[in-house]
Amino acid sequence: MISDNLVELRGLTVAFDGVKVLHGIDLTVRRGEAIGLVGESGCGKSVTWLAALGLLPGKATVAGSVRVDGQEILGGPRTVLEGVRGKRIAMIFQDPSSSLNPVLKIGRQITEALVLHRALTGEAAKTEALRLMDMVGIPDARRRFDLFPHEFSGGQCQRLMIAMALAGEPDLLVADEPTTALDATIQAQILDLLIELRAETGMATIFISHDLGAVSQVCERACVMYAGRIVEQGTIEALFDNPRHPYTRGLFDAIPRLDGPRDRLIPIPGTVPHPRDLPEGCAFSPRCSHAAVDCRSRRPDLSAMDDGRLLSCFHPVGNAVDLAPAAESRIVEAVS
Amino acid sequence: MTAPSVNAPLIEAKELVRTYEVRQGMFGKVTPVRAVDGINLTVMPGETLGVVGESGSGKSTLGRMLLGIDPSQEGETFFEGKPMPKLGTPEWRALRAKMQLVYQDPLAALDRRLTIAEQIGEPLAIHKLVPKEHRAARVAELMVAVGLRPDQADRYPHELSGGQRQRVVIARALASRPKLLVCDEPVSALDVSIQAQVVNMLRDLQEKNRIAMVFISHDLKVVRNMADRVAVMYLGRIVEEASSDVIFSAPLHPYTKALVSSVPVPGKPLKGRMILQGEPPNPANRPSGCAFHPRCPLATDICRTSVPQLRQVGDGRTAACHLVAGADQPVAA
Repeated sequence: MISDNLVELRGLTVAFDGVKVLHGIDLTVRRGEAIGLVGESGCGKSVTWLAALGLLPGKATVAGSVRVDGQEILGGPRTVLEGVRGKRIAMIFQDPSSSLNPVLKIGRQITEALVLHRALTGEAAKTEALRLMDMVGIPDARRRFDLFPHEFSGGQCQRLMIAMALAGEPDLLVADEPTTALDATIQAQILDLLIELRAETGMATIFISHDLGAVSQVCERACVMYAGRIVEQGTIEALFDNPRHPYTRGLFDAIPRLDGPRDRLIPIPGTVPHPRDLPEGCAFSPRCSHAAVDCRSRRPDLSAMDDGRLLSCFHPVGNAVDLAPAAESRIVEAVS
Repeated sequence: MTAPSVNAPLIEAKELVRTYEVRQGMFGKVTPVRAVDGINLTVMPGETLGVVGESGSGKSTLGRMLLGIDPSQEGETFFEGKPMPKLGTPEWRALRAKMQLVYQDPLAALDRRLTIAEQIGEPLAIHKLVPKEHRAARVAELMVAVGLRPDQADRYPHELSGGQRQRVVIARALASRPKLLVCDEPVSALDVSIQAQVVNMLRDLQEKNRIAMVFISHDLKVVRNMADRVAVMYLGRIVEEASSDVIFSAPLHPYTKALVSSVPVPGKPLKGRMILQGEPPNPANRPSGCAFHPRCPLATDICRTSVPQLRQVGDGRTAACHLVAGADQPVAA
């Protein structure tokens, strides 16, 4: 009996040249589920998955545990990693045109993945590659099989990247800001494609994005990250209807709206701290309007709330459900 | 110099056309690409005009043309009622003090070997606006206005965060007390929390100094927050223009509808949204008739053959679509 958990990250830490940028990430990805990772640049969303897949440069020190179907892969030999990367877990990136090889025909690049991960060759590989191109919505795949990446638009390059990612029939697709570089109407198409593919193939999805709107459409659950830690984690409804961490709330407030009055925006004051000089206590406390004395001296743990979410805050905003959570010194704020 | 009357537009563009020549392939023939194709617009003093569109719609080219940096092949631009002088002439240089540009990438717009105070002070020296002995005071004043601390004056661009760099660029643009600011994706490279800080700052500065602004962005939510009026561009033309309150709540042109619909709203499912098929066409290969017709779910025969003109479709709003009911009956229904 295989467990329901596909990937388990436990206490994953990353340091660059002795500067810690990821401070222990615990995350369980169940089969077929879609999890969003949100946060601002430098919060560690991408580093988490690059570290998990052993894709960080040598100067990075990675520690902790990454299990895929119970098998530890962190620090494992190349053969183990190569059996996971591309095959079990595939990753796509923000800038598709720089991830594709500009001097190889697109058909050959997709076929390469099929040769590596599925041991398909010759006509069988080509047929499968064409099927994948069809699946990701490349019109007239047969004629465009022999084109080079520059002959495709940005949106189509991202579709091709997704086709390559699907080549190994992965159990998990990690999409790192897959729509950020694309135009609005194309972004909507790619989001739609990701949702469709997941429904069709049943693969789990990690959707890394700074766009809360996009995350809410693709995912069921989301983790909000700040300064190398997960600060709040829960279902999309819980996070969006009733954000409890002041940072989560701040992210929502900072986004201008397409409806309602055109009021001044509510920014989060200050900037994200440099990993080298993180403030003492809660890393968000210097920017937090709810911070109290304890926030500046002690760091809140990520602990389970009664509504099932995980939260790392002494003084959460929003409404608590029925029972008060473990943190006793709490100010319930009667807003929204 | 005579001050123009209150109701006169600050800047007025008439039938602007900008054509680039693109060679297709190494030995291919040169084809003209109309990046900006007959654009009319006016900006009143103190008003913010938002310009939205996808990449390749010509919105950045338009912004540069309004400042005279990119000369137009056809059409004319009037600043305070007078024709825009030619690029590089002393008159144009003098006029540039009144109209400034803020780019998307602040690091590329700043000189990494000059301190930020030197860079903010540069327009003051170039336009001989403030005598040398008072320059430092004016620079400090500008830094405070954009939310920088005067003690940061001796920093270099790489020592600042992205948001702070954009503040430096804005302070420098404001140094000559411009009447018009063209902002090309000024907050697109910034994180949401910082983006909100910069958007608020721009709004405050504008209110205080009555600067007119052309705010170019692909981010509809930011444009809606900043702009009084919004023009939507598609393939070098304006396809719809209206006040920002109505254009996003009741878009008329199918392209505007699709744009509004493509903005992911937290909590709103993707179902039922209007997702366009295909990609924006290549400007070198412009579709016949309405340029949007190959992607338009409503296109009819007339859309394929005849180019819709921008016409009045209600109080203070215009649209270029055969299927939008105007003052007259819809052309094809």
